[in-house]
Amino acid sequence: MTEKKKDYQKILASVQKPVVGEAGKTGNWSNLKPIIDLEKCIPAKSGRNACFNCWLYCPEAVVTRTIPPEIDFVYCKGCGICMEECPPKAIKMVEVDLE
Amino acid sequence: MTQSEQSSSTKKKRIKILTGNHSASYAFRQARVGVVSAYPITPQSPVVEKVSEYIRDGKLKAKFIMVESEHSAAAACCAASATGSRVGTATSAHGLMLMYEMLPWASGTRLPIVINLATRSCGAPWSVWDDHSDFITIRDVGWIQFMCEDNQEIYDTNFQAFKIAEDPRVYIPTIVAYDGYILSHTMMPIQLEAQEDIDEFLPPLKHHINLSDISKVKGVGPVTTPNVIIRPEGTAPGYYEYRYALQKSLENSIDVILEIHDEFAKKFGRSYGNGLFKTYKTEDADSIIFAMGSVSAQVRTVIDTLRAEGLKIGLVSLRLFRPFPIECLREFFKYKKNIIVFDRDIGYGYEGVLCYELKAALYGLKNTPFIKGYIVGLGGRDIKSNYIIQCVHQALEESQKGEITYKTEFFGLELDKLDFLD
Repeated sequence: MTEKKKDYQKILASVQKPVVGEAGKTGNWSNLKPIIDLEKCIPAKSGRNACFNCWLYCPEAVVTRTIPPEIDFVYCKGCGICMEECPPKAIKMVEVDLE
Repeated sequence: MTQSEQSSSTKKKRIKILTGNHSASYAFRQARVGVVSAYPITPQSPVVEKVSEYIRDGKLKAKFIMVESEHSAAAACCAASATGSRVGTATSAHGLMLMYEMLPWASGTRLPIVINLATRSCGAPWSVWDDHSDFITIRDVGWIQFMCEDNQEIYDTNFQAFKIAEDPRVYIPTIVAYDGYILSHTMMPIQLEAQEDIDEFLPPLKHHINLSDISKVKGVGPVTTPNVIIRPEGTAPGYYEYRYALQKSLENSIDVILEIHDEFAKKFGRSYGNGLFKTYKTEDADSIIFAMGSVSAQVRTVIDTLRAEGLKIGLVSLRLFRPFPIECLREFFKYKKNIIVFDRDIGYGYEGVLCYELKAALYGLKNTPFIKGYIVGLGGRDIKSNYIIQCVHQALEESQKGEITYKTEFFGLELDKLDFLD
């Protein structure tokens, strides 16, 4: 195709890079926050790069893939998926006063 | 057939007797589809059963994703297509309606997925037999829609569909429909083409998005504001611009569809009318029957009988339903006197869909032809030749009297056989 592309042919799928805080500080949507019990958490306990289910399943990408995993409460909406997916049940949803 | 015979079978051109469903499967195999995700539903199931056999036997190097519903199948297809793979699936009636939510995602993200649809009526009451009511439900989601008339056309249209959908001027998902049972389960001799010729006609997909590169994580189809987004790092279109682009690409895809149809015809020696609609004995005809799919196939046999009576009548069989080929139809019907439309579908509360779409397309012609529509063959009811002949006579009579009715007419009802009606 040698002909020049028309304007409508250049507008295809909406593909955007994720940006931190695109939708504002969503952490204040939640009323419960996940707290990791480091005694039970597999990477924290073993000191190895293992499990990371919380990091994998978090729909908001607020959990880090570190030892131990850390959660950014500024953007955590408190959905509780990490608690549900945690194999040793190291995560509990608790009421936290962020103020 | 032994395995060695089968594995070499796609190498050379030959004739094989296949059902409509299996000609679609065979086309998927030769199109080298990369991912298939589907859920079984009558009368489509044999398409994906055969495809999964091909994958199991190593004849098709593809990933078959098993899912729990058609909605998930369509979602899996969208995701797979966004990784840059060639993706196909197949469904029918309620399956298509369950996929419905994902269909505008596919067209809005411009993912060149191809769906094969073995048409079937929509319940209730429960019916597995053929009509086009599933096909017409998706006319406003931004897909390209083809309707086939025989098994060879299913096989050929699949390659064209992939090529059209994947054309950089188009990038629009495409649906290839054919009548359930009437074609899906009927065997016909199919001219199968050699794999190398197909590969030449249909090169690998060059996609506009590729999510398989995890180092450049991107979001696809995120929230898009009513207005254009202007930021220091760049601008992004609003929803309105995306949908404008989809509509314009659909409107202009007709040229690409014609071009690819001609390319196919030149390479393989088979053509389907002008690529948008097929005609039969229309040169000298002043009256035209307008229909699609199995109805056209039935009408072809009737045209000769009606011509023997001295009527100058012909057939236009619609192949491309979306985008509706308005300009070509206007040009064709400019000097025609009468059009009789047979709809194997119905726009409830209005009239047959083909009928009102044609009426709208011909709006503003200097001498608008007389148009009369009939609803036929819903839920697999046989469309008998003598019905069509009677409808044509009735319509032509009304045309002469200048009577225009707005109520739908059903032909082939068997109310007289019901004992509880007086």
